[in-house]
Amino acid sequence: MLDTAPAVKRTPGRRSPGRARSLRRPRFGPYLLIAPTVIVIALLMFWPMVQIGIMSFQKVGNRQLRGEPAESVGTENFKTIFDDPFFWQTLRHTVLFAVVAVSLTMVVGTLIGLLLNKLGTKMSNFVAGGVMVAWATPPVTAAIIFTWLFGTTGGVVNWTLDLLPDFLVGSGWLDYNWFAKPLSTYTVLTVCVVWQACPFVAVSVLAGLKSVPSELYEAARVDGSGPWRTFWSITYPMLKPIFLVLLVMSIIWDFKVFTQLFVMSGMANRDAFNLSLYAYSEAFGSLNPKLGMGSAIALVLTMILLVVTALYVRVMVRQGETR
Amino acid sequence: MKRSLLRRAALNGTGLLVFVFAVFPVFWMVSTAFKPNTEIFSTTPKPFPSHPTLAHFDLVLNGGIAEVSFWEYFRNSAVLALVTVVVSSLFALLAATAVARFRFRFRTTFLVMLLVVQMVPLEALVIPLFLDLKKADMLNTLPGLAVVYIGFAVPFAIWMLRGFVAAVPRELEEAAAIDGAGPVRTFFKVMLPLVAPGLVATSIFSFITAWNEFIFAYTFLEDQDKYTLPIMLQFFFGRSGNAWGPIMAASTLLTIPVIAFFLLVQRRMVSGLTAGAVKG
Repeated sequence: MLDTAPAVKRTPGRRSPGRARSLRRPRFGPYLLIAPTVIVIALLMFWPMVQIGIMSFQKVGNRQLRGEPAESVGTENFKTIFDDPFFWQTLRHTVLFAVVAVSLTMVVGTLIGLLLNKLGTKMSNFVAGGVMVAWATPPVTAAIIFTWLFGTTGGVVNWTLDLLPDFLVGSGWLDYNWFAKPLSTYTVLTVCVVWQACPFVAVSVLAGLKSVPSELYEAARVDGSGPWRTFWSITYPMLKPIFLVLLVMSIIWDFKVFTQLFVMSGMANRDAFNLSLYAYSEAFGSLNPKLGMGSAIALVLTMILLVVTALYVRVMVRQGETR
Repeated sequence: MKRSLLRRAALNGTGLLVFVFAVFPVFWMVSTAFKPNTEIFSTTPKPFPSHPTLAHFDLVLNGGIAEVSFWEYFRNSAVLALVTVVVSSLFALLAATAVARFRFRFRTTFLVMLLVVQMVPLEALVIPLFLDLKKADMLNTLPGLAVVYIGFAVPFAIWMLRGFVAAVPRELEEAAAIDGAGPVRTFFKVMLPLVAPGLVATSIFSFITAWNEFIFAYTFLEDQDKYTLPIMLQFFFGRSGNAWGPIMAASTLLTIPVIAFFLLVQRRMVSGLTAGAVKG
């Protein structure tokens, strides 16, 4: 499973340059090889990023879409945003959702990973295969399935909750509408996103566990260490690099969640917006598109993620991934 | 002895429970797709359809939803995914070779750049790319969308492929060079066959990226006959709120190919994403 990892470490870095030249390749060879990628990334990622920066200080609307030059408005877009309580509400939704979803993903994913490691080979593969199905489901389908599961008419979740004893979950579940309020909408969204995201954590943790020498666990057992203590004194320190990468990736994924929320609650339901949806709806949501405003909101989101990305890159560089 | 047996049973039981929770939503989707309407909206839902029907699939496949035949959308999605796979794999193979085989200035910069762009929120890029494609007259076209997908698929593909390229023993290439093969011939006769498994794995990843993508297709495509499957699904879902039978049938048709591919390569995907984080 980890076959690429040792190979990466063996990159021919410390060989003498003479040997590399013995392949008689032109010296500009590597630059030619990366050129297509660099061009594609520059055109499709870096330049658009710069454009977001520029447009967030401009007014870009219908007239600009017809070809008129954009007007500069200084920091007006940002002033409008930061003065608007609605922006802070979407930011709150974004952050709260990320905190809850990331924590749940990490905890549940790790538990499943530990379980997979404890199971016999056949059972482990069987369960891992099942978990993988959740990961593979396209986000649009996942969102639609969960809307159906939590639906008002014929939804299996409401039906189950209604069957459960009233003192446990209360009553009146049968016609409960999960998508009427932001909090319950986000509950469904969290379940959906965590369901899709924990397999990745589980499988990565399992891969990591396989690399921990079993002697460590035997020693811990001999010393009478319980499962809780064993996890925190052996598993966690050994897998810390993986946990860090998984944590950063989960934060980034959950911060910018769009498709699922878009499908579940839609553009009309502004109360449940997060930052991505807010930016999108400003830019494309009405007949009077405000692409400058949308860019400004997108820039805020990008800036937040940039901090997390910087952390991620630091971890990867430290682990020698870019050698 | 008895205790360990009990422990084993408890573990396996938990494992089964996890399995059931993990596959239940997808199972429910497929099950709903085969149920007649009376069972779908029954007050006591049953796990399996008592009277399985193909009516919903029939409706979906024969243009009963959204006027255009399902196969039209299927073709759009498949062509897009195929183009993305071929071009991004080619670009990725070239760049992966450069990164795994050469030391050059800006190599580390290039690798860090690959990491950074994988983290860029695509949801933010949709605004400027919309304007760029509009300027290039490629809005509302599948090629325009393909270009965007290639850009998104390439960085991860390189990240995954470089491990496979680095794993090919350099001596093989040197031997070929000594035998008089030029770089191009060495590449096709030695390198390509050996990295083929890696290429398959990255291809399937790129395929899934393009197949599942939603926000760009939703924003860029205007004509209904150009829609990809996810957009068709969302369109249909938005228009006919609770026609759950056909919606679930369409979802099933969209999902099954991805799950099949995914199960084929999931091992590679994990090692690609967290490569090295786990080296022991």
